[in-house]
Amino acid sequence: MTAMVEPAVFDLATTPLRELNRTLHALRPDTNMRHWRVINPAGRHAIACGLDAPITVEIEGHAGYYCAGHNKQATVIVHGNAGVGVAENMMSGFVHVKGDASQSAGASAHGGLLLIEGNAAARCGISLKGADIIVKGSVGHMSAFMAQAGTLIVFGDAGEALGDSIYEARLFVRGSVASLGADCIAKEMRDEHRALLAGKLEAAGLAGEVDISEFTRYGSARRLYNFHIDNAGAY
Amino acid sequence: MCGIVGLFAKTERLQPELGAHLAQMLAIMSDRGPDSAGFAVYSAPVPGAIKLTLRAPEGYDFEAMASRLGGALGAVPNITVRATHAVLAIPAGTLASAKSWLAEHAPEASIVGIGETMEIYKEVGLPAKVAERFGLAAMAGTHGIGHTRMATESAVTTKGAHPFSTGPDQCLVHNGSLSNHNGLRRTLMREGLSFETDNDSEVAAAYLTAQIKGGKSLGEALEASLEDLDGFFTFVVGTGTGFGVLRDPIACKPAVMAETEDYVAFGSEYRALAVLPGIESANVWEPEPAKVYFWEKAA
Amino acid sequence: MNEHVKPPRTLPRFSATFDPYTLSEIRRAAATGIYDIRGAGAKRKLPHFDDLLFLGASISRYPLEGYREKCETGVVLGTRFAKKPIELKIPITIAGMSFGSLSAQAKEALGRGATIAGTSTTTGDGGMTPEEREHSKTLVYQVLPSRYGLNPDDLRRADAIEVVVGQGAKPGGGGMLLGQKIGPRVAKMRTLPEGIDQRSACRHPDWTGPDDLEIKIEELREITDWEKPIYVKVGASRPYYDTALAVKAGADVVVLDGMQGGTAATQEVFIEHVGLPTLAALPLAVQALQDLGMHRKVQLIISGGIRSGADVAKALALGADAVAIGTAALVALGDNDPALEEEYAKLGTTAGAYDDWHEGRDPAGITTQDEALAARLDPVLGGRRLANYLAVMTLEAQTIARACGKSHLHNLEPEDLVALTVEAAAMARVPLAGTNWVPGRN
Repeated sequence: MTAMVEPAVFDLATTPLRELNRTLHALRPDTNMRHWRVINPAGRHAIACGLDAPITVEIEGHAGYYCAGHNKQATVIVHGNAGVGVAENMMSGFVHVKGDASQSAGASAHGGLLLIEGNAAARCGISLKGADIIVKGSVGHMSAFMAQAGTLIVFGDAGEALGDSIYEARLFVRGSVASLGADCIAKEMRDEHRALLAGKLEAAGLAGEVDISEFTRYGSARRLYNFHIDNAGAY
Repeated sequence: MCGIVGLFAKTERLQPELGAHLAQMLAIMSDRGPDSAGFAVYSAPVPGAIKLTLRAPEGYDFEAMASRLGGALGAVPNITVRATHAVLAIPAGTLASAKSWLAEHAPEASIVGIGETMEIYKEVGLPAKVAERFGLAAMAGTHGIGHTRMATESAVTTKGAHPFSTGPDQCLVHNGSLSNHNGLRRTLMREGLSFETDNDSEVAAAYLTAQIKGGKSLGEALEASLEDLDGFFTFVVGTGTGFGVLRDPIACKPAVMAETEDYVAFGSEYRALAVLPGIESANVWEPEPAKVYFWEKAA
Repeated sequence: MNEHVKPPRTLPRFSATFDPYTLSEIRRAAATGIYDIRGAGAKRKLPHFDDLLFLGASISRYPLEGYREKCETGVVLGTRFAKKPIELKIPITIAGMSFGSLSAQAKEALGRGATIAGTSTTTGDGGMTPEEREHSKTLVYQVLPSRYGLNPDDLRRADAIEVVVGQGAKPGGGGMLLGQKIGPRVAKMRTLPEGIDQRSACRHPDWTGPDDLEIKIEELREITDWEKPIYVKVGASRPYYDTALAVKAGADVVVLDGMQGGTAATQEVFIEHVGLPTLAALPLAVQALQDLGMHRKVQLIISGGIRSGADVAKALALGADAVAIGTAALVALGDNDPALEEEYAKLGTTAGAYDDWHEGRDPAGITTQDEALAARLDPVLGGRRLANYLAVMTLEAQTIARACGKSHLHNLEPEDLVALTVEAAAMARVPLAGTNWVPGRN
């Protein structure tokens, strides 16, 4: 039987951030303190970064830079907007931004799921290394820049230079794309891609919210994989 | 590298508290810029007069200077002294004579800003201290912009602090690092502009001034800057009627805006906006790159 | 006229501008249509520590006896903010070099040697290997623009964290690793397809500028509970400003790499034509620290062409807290050994000049991913050689310091030095030998 434990509350107006992060880092994997609330974040940076436990942290308000950076296993929910680099370098777990995300959301993330209800600004998924990012709004310019692995799914539009210098990450965009970056091209949507996309949406609890057939798949043309002087203009 | 704050009161309700909010926002941005700070407040005009903000060395006798200037102009100008700065209200139409008198008879006092409503204050030191010295928290106005500075390539001096004035009731603050400012400075010097520092932001301000003198509107000048300025920048520009925002096309330097019924606010980080009234329900968003934004008072 | 006697000819003369190397490069460019890529640092002659001399003791100054009269060599790095600063026995560290550019055996050898000597090694643009963590007692973990392999477990396993803004060979450039060296293990660590030419970012993905670097450093401290020193590494370019900004951004240690500093691979033009010589960069960084009142409080590590105990002593005399070696460490392991001349000849080069490390065919087994070649390097023997070399450098530095009357290497100071050339005097800000003249200063 799991005892119902009231969430522990951290008030960042009165408690230093250091104490919040220190406490969360000290939790053992078998902790029963699995539910935490952070109030009065007021845009503080590095909230709930470096977590490594199967806990849930709910942030009530707007977070600053690098919220949930390097996240492992944890679920972090931002009831508001998130600043630059939310879930950057995440390894696993789930980060859910109810509002908008600033630049470099999910930068270099290796695993886990980053779900943004609103819009993400420039460089969403930059340097992506295997995580899944779902943005229900639109993403800004240079999104998926040098994205190496993982998926970026955008319900809305994408800004300029989508997927510039992309490696093997997969992009699915439902709306318009202002322009494609170097070596990024639209690709055929085959059954396996539709299944992949459906699977990702379902895992995020978004099954049936949008019509899969409205997405276009984008990925690497792989012309920059080995240097050739005729491609110099793309560099 | 730096922090920028800006606040534009859409309604009269916020105007008496403008300085108080700006002072708080400025203090929060100290981490981004501990070296020096400055701000421009657009406060009540003096009927029939132009305001000159002057800066002089510590201990300078502004009142004595104002008397002597009064002798030359025919009436002693109204003067408000705040530490090393003073705002002189001179009769409109005497601006040219006042400037030449000051240049000749009060060379230690330099003109930081000119305008019907704009006052500019800037000093070396922690932003909270700078705001305190000049009594920002008590100032009222329709809008204001502020800046906290972490000097990158030029010296930490008062002259190097922002805002830089670009014309009557106009000034600029900058976060970022330009890469072609030295060549541009030389070009502008050949066109007759003079510079006090080796600061890249001063070049940006002078560039806008030159463009406007050449007949462009501020908006057009900002558009032109996208072509002519190289490097990374977020600009916030104050004018008599409002303020403008422009980010370079790459847009690495941060910029967050918030809007309610009462105000439009700008901050380099959301943290600076978090202290504003009604921020919980404000529309919070980020300006797009290479797009000129402007908010102004209705006529 | 006697037709059999030809009039004398002048000697054939090479152009200093269009010298043989330059001619070969133009021919190569015309044939291939691609810029020349190579490893190592700037090879051209530059004002360097060789242009400085120490003033040993005589009547006005007294020397210390060897052995009995101690000359201490220890240094502590990261005293500003870290709960667990790093204590090194010698002020010579091993610079960041990636697994990928180097073989796993080479990384292990570096770890072993550094541990014997009581100093640290540094990971590179590819992440932390278990071999290096296991064999290197003190390991500095780099956070680079590419973020290859970066993860919080390694952040926590590291002894210090080094945020890399750039390196001396290519200030403003990113990493480069060509397909020949992206084998299965490297590809997996970097999340790249095997055999492709790696394209790397030159800026970090989630911050640009010292104001945002400050926030990134805060995050790294929070993740590691403020335990580890945070270093910031820059390639020498505008070291006065960069050092000041690193301090303002919250660094514990500044690492400054001059243009002689090596790289695994980049464009030849980048190596030779961008950056500052180490000698010119170091005094600017020291001045920035002094102007901020942070000299010795934020430690400075200098790298780029450190080769002997004399270089170590001179770097410390000019104000560095420690030095880092890269190229020299590889040579100690066996890089460019004349014993392998036959193989270098087959590669079209010769021992001492081999720098096409990006091709991954290193006969010494160091800058390669080829299993057969890499197996040639015995990590235990390599570690021993590195430890020997570090010990020699330390003894050399101590010899010089004792001769100058210093009981600690850190007590060496600029006034112990003179310069042999006007350039070196101006750069190092020490007098031209035999004069009081410091060009530009008096």
